[in-house]
Amino acid sequence: MALISDGRFIDDVWRRLAEEEALPKSGKVIVSLARLDHAIEVHGPGVDLGVIAPNTTDPAALADALPKLGLVSIVFPAFADGRGFSLARLLRRAGFAGELRASGRLLADQYAHALGCGFDTVEIPDDIEARQDETQWRAARDAHARTYQRGYVAPGSILDARRKAAAQ
Amino acid sequence: MTAHDPSLARPNAPVTTYRYDAFDAAFVRERVAEFREQVRRRLEGKLTEDEFRPFRLMNGLYLQLHAYMLRVAIPYGTLTALQMRRLADIADKYDRGYGHFTTRQNLQYNWPKLVDTPDILEALAEVEMHAIQTSGNCIRNVTADHFSGVAPDEIEDPRPTAEFLRQWSSAHPEFSFLPRKFKIAVTGAAQDRAAIMVHDIGLAIVKNDAGEIGYKVVVGGGLGRSPFIGKVIRDFAPRADLLAYLEAIMRVYNRFGRRDNKYKARIKILVHEKGIDEVRAAVEAEFAAMDRSVFAYDPAEFDRIAAFFAPPPYETLPADSQKLRAARVEHPAFGNFVEVNVAPHKIPGYAVVTVSLKPIGGIPGDATSAQMRALAEASERFGFGELRVSHEQNIILPHVKQDDLFDLWKLLDAAGLATANAGLVSDIISCPGLDYCSLATARSIPIAQAISKRFSDLSRQRRIGKLGIKISGCINACGHHHVGAIGILGLEKKGQESYQITLGGDPTFSASIGEILGPGVTAEQAPDVIEHLVDFYLAERHEGETFIETWRRIGHARFKDVLRREGEDGADI
Repeated sequence: MALISDGRFIDDVWRRLAEEEALPKSGKVIVSLARLDHAIEVHGPGVDLGVIAPNTTDPAALADALPKLGLVSIVFPAFADGRGFSLARLLRRAGFAGELRASGRLLADQYAHALGCGFDTVEIPDDIEARQDETQWRAARDAHARTYQRGYVAPGSILDARRKAAAQ
Repeated sequence: MTAHDPSLARPNAPVTTYRYDAFDAAFVRERVAEFREQVRRRLEGKLTEDEFRPFRLMNGLYLQLHAYMLRVAIPYGTLTALQMRRLADIADKYDRGYGHFTTRQNLQYNWPKLVDTPDILEALAEVEMHAIQTSGNCIRNVTADHFSGVAPDEIEDPRPTAEFLRQWSSAHPEFSFLPRKFKIAVTGAAQDRAAIMVHDIGLAIVKNDAGEIGYKVVVGGGLGRSPFIGKVIRDFAPRADLLAYLEAIMRVYNRFGRRDNKYKARIKILVHEKGIDEVRAAVEAEFAAMDRSVFAYDPAEFDRIAAFFAPPPYETLPADSQKLRAARVEHPAFGNFVEVNVAPHKIPGYAVVTVSLKPIGGIPGDATSAQMRALAEASERFGFGELRVSHEQNIILPHVKQDDLFDLWKLLDAAGLATANAGLVSDIISCPGLDYCSLATARSIPIAQAISKRFSDLSRQRRIGKLGIKISGCINACGHHHVGAIGILGLEKKGQESYQITLGGDPTFSASIGEILGPGVTAEQAPDVIEHLVDFYLAERHEGETFIETWRRIGHARFKDVLRREGEDGADI
């Protein structure tokens, strides 16, 4: 597993809790959606909670939990399955301000799409990491310096640039 | 070819098409550079073929039966003489000297090499063209009425809307990995020439009672193995809401469209399975929940784009050209061309000319590089340097002075482009079929050629009148057979090519899916069967009735009966 943030491979400060593993007293831990309600109820003050959300998750089902979460990791079962992009948008719209992570078989070529939809980090399996180094992730991000959409996270909205130019 | 000569890129561009600003140009160049990098990584093994596929498809590159195929976007079907020449140059330098115009207002090259593709995309970018999203599971090249801006029955030119949508859909962060391909068509006229009822989303520009312009939004139409006519999801979406409303539809589709079976992953299946009311409720709920301010519809931006499509500098002319009248009498072949291929124009003294890419016995939609150059020249001499591609796979010259029609005809005739059959029985829509396509199960081009030859007598064709034949070489229906007045679907049965015939399809506002005539026929029988059907129609039609009108009046069963009787007489169908 490799974790990419801002075009760099970084260490993961979050730990994915196995189903049978007890909730620790402290640290940043990611639990399954099935365990989330219970974890929220019982976790101690030293614990930061994150959750793994399948890409079919109903954002309404997470609404109450979102303010208590430091991370949501949305699963991409295949890179061609773009449901996670819409779910990310909906969670951001619901006010989630923590780390939004895309986890699964994402490709570097989709990095700009992930960032645009509000993801902070991307977590990829080893075989993809072996073929797609940091340089490629950065190149792919920078390849989309200009975008036509508004309301998405984008460094260079063409529409905004045009408005600015027209106003001058 | 001087593919990298920047002086070619601007000066002659007409005033009636969208022009890239520095942002558009930089955006397309970024996409070319990105694809060049992806090709490099593919060749180095950093991307597997499975991983590479969606990215090459998003750049229009298919892997076909014999070779790669590159599909170039012609957004809303409009192109300039300069662009047409560039397409010809690319055909010569990187392909085999011809291109194929498709039913989705694209141009396909059948023989490019993978390593050349980034250079081809660069050559296209130099003339403000690209192949972005002509394939793949994303929002495809947006199509529009090929008579945009010149049709007398137009409410508003749909091209500014289509250009707005082109930009909005390009490399969309959220909607580039949809369950399946997604096709949008726009029409702005009383008569639908963009087949909006059979697209994933069809937009019809309408005026409400208050006189405001907006859009009727149709969703869930489509052909393929499960053909559906689209359903109205909104009678009136104000222009200010259009992008937000489309985002709402796309988000609902992206989240809830089926992904378990690629044939069921289209939005038409979602609409069919859930019902239009449930889909509408979901879309309206999403629309209501959205922060629409971020779309911040900008009338100034719409006006900026619309200004590019302003009318060219027409002259003030009499409505009827004496010169044209005289030439028609003197040259009957020209007179026939005018009767069949020339349509009325909204400006007096002008005409809209359809140049048929369906010569008798030819391959529908194919044009040689010499023909592309002749068309470019024709548009410059007689039409403000502007051309259109129609979904019937023909080329339109949208602004020809009636006084110039005869000279234009001579130029076209010399290039083998004056076949007077637009809309007639030999103006056949056909997919490439088994000759090129890896999906096809039967040939379609030879069937089109055989039928075209059977009806080679153009005066007989004129007597028959408007009649659309559409042929697909497989169930995916790229040849739109479902909406042909006569549709032909090639299938493979027990190692034999078999052709199923449908009648009564209609791609316009009165859309309908054709009904199957009976058991399939062989390739050899197909022209006979079509001829029997046409003869029966001629015998039964009332004065002024088209084929489909007669079929609707007397009913499908009578057509079936005739064929059954013909079969007993030995026609063996």
